[in-house]
Amino acid sequence: MTPPAGSLLSAEQLRKAYGPTLALDGAEFSIHPGEVVAVMGPSGSGKSTLLHCLAGIVTPDSGTITYNGHELSAMSDAQRSALRRSEFGFVFQFGQLVPELTCVENVALPLRLNGTPRKAAERTALSWMERLEVGDLRKKRPGEVSGGQGQRVAVARSLVTSPRVLFADEPTGALDSLNGERVMELLTEAARSTNAAVVLVTHEARVAAYSDREIVVRDGKSRDMERAV
Amino acid sequence: MSIGHTLLGLLESGPRHGYDLKRAFDEKFGHDRPLHYGQVYSTMSRLLKNGLVVVDGVETGGGPERKRYAITDDGITDVQRWLGTPEKPEPYLQSTLYTKVVLALLTRRDATEVLDTQRSEHLRSMRILTDRKRKGDLADQLICDHALFHLEADLRWLELTAARLDKLREAVAR
Ligand SMILES: Nc1ncnc2c1ncn2[C@@H]1O[C@H](COP(=O)(O)OP(=O)(O)O)[C@@H](O)[C@H]1O
Ligand SMILES: [Mg+2]
Repeated sequence: MTPPAGSLLSAEQLRKAYGPTLALDGAEFSIHPGEVVAVMGPSGSGKSTLLHCLAGIVTPDSGTITYNGHELSAMSDAQRSALRRSEFGFVFQFGQLVPELTCVENVALPLRLNGTPRKAAERTALSWMERLEVGDLRKKRPGEVSGGQGQRVAVARSLVTSPRVLFADEPTGALDSLNGERVMELLTEAARSTNAAVVLVTHEARVAAYSDREIVVRDGKSRDMERAV
Repeated sequence: MSIGHTLLGLLESGPRHGYDLKRAFDEKFGHDRPLHYGQVYSTMSRLLKNGLVVVDGVETGGGPERKRYAITDDGITDVQRWLGTPEKPEPYLQSTLYTKVVLALLTRRDATEVLDTQRSEHLRSMRILTDRKRKGDLADQLICDHALFHLEADLRWLELTAARLDKLREAVAR
């Protein structure tokens, strides 16, 4: 099977079982550069598993994932982790910031891991923090900032390497609606300005309303609402 | 809510008399607002005229209530089209959505499809409102928020219904 023309990241016929649980059962996906696609569906339907497979974190039992013309399964583990570090960004429900580091050090971390010198890394980190309106928190540690602020720091960190694909799994799940909306506004604005594709897992319609289109996952099967019409 | 489509859907399981249709409608969908006989007859004569039903038999005694109606292929297509077309997202949709879901189950169609199609239509409206909010002033934001919360309430109902389809299918079959 060939991926849809022009897609940056796509998946065909993904299957993944955890013991007796079929988390994915023929799921399909595709996303273009600059596109925000919401992955919706009830809890336990396989949304996170799909995201983990697309990001090369989890290996599906069968099916193909193609990123930028390359099949993920044909890559070595080292190539896949290099891809994750340099081309993918991640935001999860709970920011998962390193508590011992300051906010700016947290945001700079992905660049440091890619070998960028400290000063340059922190300069880029700070510019992203400013875009997300948390520049003044640079010296604070994650324990000293609010949930909404911490999540903006996490979004800044996910964008600091200018990823081509941003994976966001319930990024506003732990925030109140005002903070959640601001995070979504800033996240989608930032992604659009860099032409990054965003895979946005959410079960909330208000969050999905920031996407360009949605797919629905149910019992490990996906439904592309645009193509279904 | 479209009474015509609902009555047509009820005819899919087999021909019925006018009074039987009214009884089935009231039982499944009437709740606090049973149909008047007059509504049944005017609706059925419109459906007859449009070729969506035919008279399948007449009981002696005359009068329109004695007619037995059967759905035509055009009628079935019409129900299918109605179920497949999302409702324009606006307040007070619940009775129409409920009717569509129950009818889909009654006629062994895919009720999930009805719910998914509607969700997609709601999201389309929510995207437009979200975009307007992003570009608007505080007044726009508050107005859009109000509309967004209403749409969100519908969607939560859709999700909950989707999660309960198996139970609803059993209840409807009774
Ligand atoms: N690491 C795992 N081990 C065992 N079961 C898992 C694991 N990850 C997911 N599952 C199961 O797979 C199904 C899909 O999970 P998940 O993708 O997390 O759903 P969602 O994100 O839509 O809530 C669930 O039944 C879940 O319990
Ligand atoms: Mg999940």
